[in-house]
Amino acid sequence: MAERFDLWVYLSASPLLWLTLTLAVWLLVDAIVQAVGRNPLANPVLISILLVAALLVATGTPYATYFAGAQFIHFLLGPATVALAVPLVRHWPIVRENLLPMLAALGVGSVVAVGSAVGLAVLFGLPEGVVTAIAPKSVTAGVAMAITSSFGGDPALTAVLVISTGVIGAVIVTPLMNAMGIRDYTARGFAVGLASHGIGTARAFTVDPVAGLFAGIAMGLNAVVTALIVPLLLR
Amino acid sequence: MIRGLTILLGFQLLGEVLARGLGLAVPGPVLGLLGLAAALMLAARQGVFGLAGVEATDVGKAAVTLLGVLGVLFVPAGVGIMQQYGLLLEHGVALLAVLVLSTVVTLVATVWTFVGVKRLLARRSGGRDG
Repeated sequence: MAERFDLWVYLSASPLLWLTLTLAVWLLVDAIVQAVGRNPLANPVLISILLVAALLVATGTPYATYFAGAQFIHFLLGPATVALAVPLVRHWPIVRENLLPMLAALGVGSVVAVGSAVGLAVLFGLPEGVVTAIAPKSVTAGVAMAITSSFGGDPALTAVLVISTGVIGAVIVTPLMNAMGIRDYTARGFAVGLASHGIGTARAFTVDPVAGLFAGIAMGLNAVVTALIVPLLLR
Repeated sequence: MIRGLTILLGFQLLGEVLARGLGLAVPGPVLGLLGLAAALMLAARQGVFGLAGVEATDVGKAAVTLLGVLGVLFVPAGVGIMQQYGLLLEHGVALLAVLVLSTVVTLVATVWTFVGVKRLLARRSGGRDG
């Protein structure tokens, strides 16, 4: 019995356990999501997060211990952003064709994303710390955390708001666009990438490769524009 | 596999060095993306591979693999939600309302602008032709 406990003490503190577990949970959830035909409501990112969090709470494992293992997955967000260059080059002719609509949608979308988040947060009486953390919520996690930090906000809270926004957009986008009668996948992809960064982009890639590409482009462009406009709005 | 990953990491490193060295607001990985795209475009222009063949290169294969599993990369940071228990209890409903409303408004504004400008351009060029 004591030996078994020792084993748990070793495993629960080693990066191996939580790294393996995160991947295993993802594979399981992904298989289930595919079985239900990639229904937008069955978002694999959300389900995996809740399952892993429940496991950590049940075993009394602190988040820092978990992240020591899972950081190897987290780290790949950087190279995955660089990787968007490949579909960008692959589909360059269609990108060039849509350059002007993209730039217009980027300008409008990025201002609406920051403005509506800050405005609604104030309207709903959320504390000032939350208002600062929610401003860059549509931007990919690493950039959003850097923006919030530069205003003395809480980057950990920003990460949670960013990922929630990603999941919400990924769940809403397909039924919303269908209801609006938008069939242009360049436009649909661009909107979800701008509003919901990488999680929206991951969803778009499962629907249509061109939608995924435009989502990825919007994610990259919005990261740049939001980093420039948040200082203007919060100051 | 290793070559493809090295190229991706190399361009990210280049982007980080540029962003930090010059104090730019643009995040390092985004600069890396632009650098890799420029390099691939140049190689395609030189006839090293066609645009359609870019996915068959080493870096292309690594990129396609990584983008195919994009979702799982957000799980570690997302699990951090367990640390915000107190805030969620106190403000959870208001937070959810703000995030849902803001996301819907952003999606609608972005897609309408995109489709609207595209139609405007198509009509103008159509008028010129006709």
